[in-house]
Amino acid sequence: MKASLGRIGAMMTRYMYLYRVSPIRILELVYWPTFNMLIWGFMQEYLRSATHPAVFAASYLIAAVLLWDVLFRSQLGLTLGFVEEMWARNLGHLAVSPLRPLEFVGALIATSLIRTLVAVGGAGFLATVFFGFNALELGFGLALFFLNLVIMGWGVGLAVCAILLRYGLAAEALAWGALFVLQPLCGVFYPVSVLPDWLEPVARALPATHVFEGMRAVVQDGRLDLDLLAQAFLLNIPYALAGLAAFLGAYAVARRRGLLMGTGE
Amino acid sequence: MTAAPAAVEARDLSKEFDGRTVVDRVTFAVPRGTTFGLLGANGAGKTTTILMLLGLLRPDRGQAQVLGHDMERDRFRALQRANFSSPYVSLPHRLTARQNLTVYGRLYGVSDVRRRIEYIARELRIEDLLDRPVGKMSAGQKTRVGIGKVLLNDPEVLFLDEPTASLSPESAAWLRSFLGAYRDRTRATIVLASHNMPEVEAMCDSVAFLQQGRLLEQGAPRALIRRHGKQTLEEVFLEVAEGDTGRQHGPGDLA
Repeated sequence: MKASLGRIGAMMTRYMYLYRVSPIRILELVYWPTFNMLIWGFMQEYLRSATHPAVFAASYLIAAVLLWDVLFRSQLGLTLGFVEEMWARNLGHLAVSPLRPLEFVGALIATSLIRTLVAVGGAGFLATVFFGFNALELGFGLALFFLNLVIMGWGVGLAVCAILLRYGLAAEALAWGALFVLQPLCGVFYPVSVLPDWLEPVARALPATHVFEGMRAVVQDGRLDLDLLAQAFLLNIPYALAGLAAFLGAYAVARRRGLLMGTGE
Repeated sequence: MTAAPAAVEARDLSKEFDGRTVVDRVTFAVPRGTTFGLLGANGAGKTTTILMLLGLLRPDRGQAQVLGHDMERDRFRALQRANFSSPYVSLPHRLTARQNLTVYGRLYGVSDVRRRIEYIARELRIEDLLDRPVGKMSAGQKTRVGIGKVLLNDPEVLFLDEPTASLSPESAAWLRSFLGAYRDRTRATIVLASHNMPEVEAMCDSVAFLQQGRLLEQGAPRALIRRHGKQTLEEVFLEVAEGDTGRQHGPGDLA
């Protein structure tokens, strides 16, 4: 166990070194979450003054955009760690080291968590400065929302890594774009009830949908709906396991087909 | 009296890619503390064989064993005590040599990584390269840093793919003598793939000739030279390879 944690720590060190040799990467980490938050924050200010003061009195849009970034950054943070190894043509070296695939996944997850906290934490701080947003208004639910979203992000991220292992860097765009396919369904900025009837069951099959519904319940009604969170958790289990199975399966196929050594630009 | 177990063993190893056989029932055993060379032209199957021995590539048939561990079922126990270097698989370019060696030292569970890196840097004369990003090094410098990575965990088995491919003649000679001294001092086993016949002749206790994935002949370099009545290993290889080509095509094909 100790050796295993040591190897996970070694890989985390490897990703942290990237920020030491290129500090500009830290700026990149907080750049998009911050601008996204600013745009939706100003939009919220406008809507509050011009249309529905009651609906937009709370920091509903800012909370939505920050939680969306939790989901997106957790997926991106995990996938980019993997893509980094592909860019560096380092998968071969890692595969002949004592690092187990599950430890590799552990390191990607831990690094993704740090990246997500820095990215969304930075944007959240600025939301407080600019718009008086108080994340703590979400109460205990905030931690549960966060946990559910990062788990879903990791599940999707591992599935994207599996596709990258299979198709190489030709599929690199998925690292940035995969989750946006789900964004309209998750009800990030609107209730799921506005979706067409036939699409609603699809939306409800996504863990994030229940988190955003739960977030709206807290922001608008001050009520933490534990049923919604329980549904998110229950859905997250198969999502995370499927992502992990896809990654481990793709890794085994890559070993059989000799893809680990040659993967790169 | 039973023979000491081999450090590295390939039994009937075979691999196909897209219906083309690249390694065909290759069998050999490398005793502990010896240097074994896989010889062959480009595309002969040397690297593929090494990758299967390392467990990086799964054989279609046959078995690879390193230090008594089956590389299909139990490869991580062996990988902890082995290491690999190839000029074709560089370390991450953005990181400095020291950072790369630190990461790999920790992956291999080296207890005092900093001191180990300093020791290796002195031994390999790469102290001045330690704080340079790998991407800003020449091919020869990258090779030397790669050898530094190989030595991090004091391996019992070293897998080296073309270890001197990008080195100057002086650096290559120095590295050959360094690896020989390392083997003698630690009783490590070295498996190297190369198409540099003089190098293999100088370094190896035994060699195997590969052509189109098949193992044509194996033995001690001097014994092979004597058996074929030649002056050098290169002449032996050419004779063996031509004989095999002739056997494959048959006299009618050459007409």
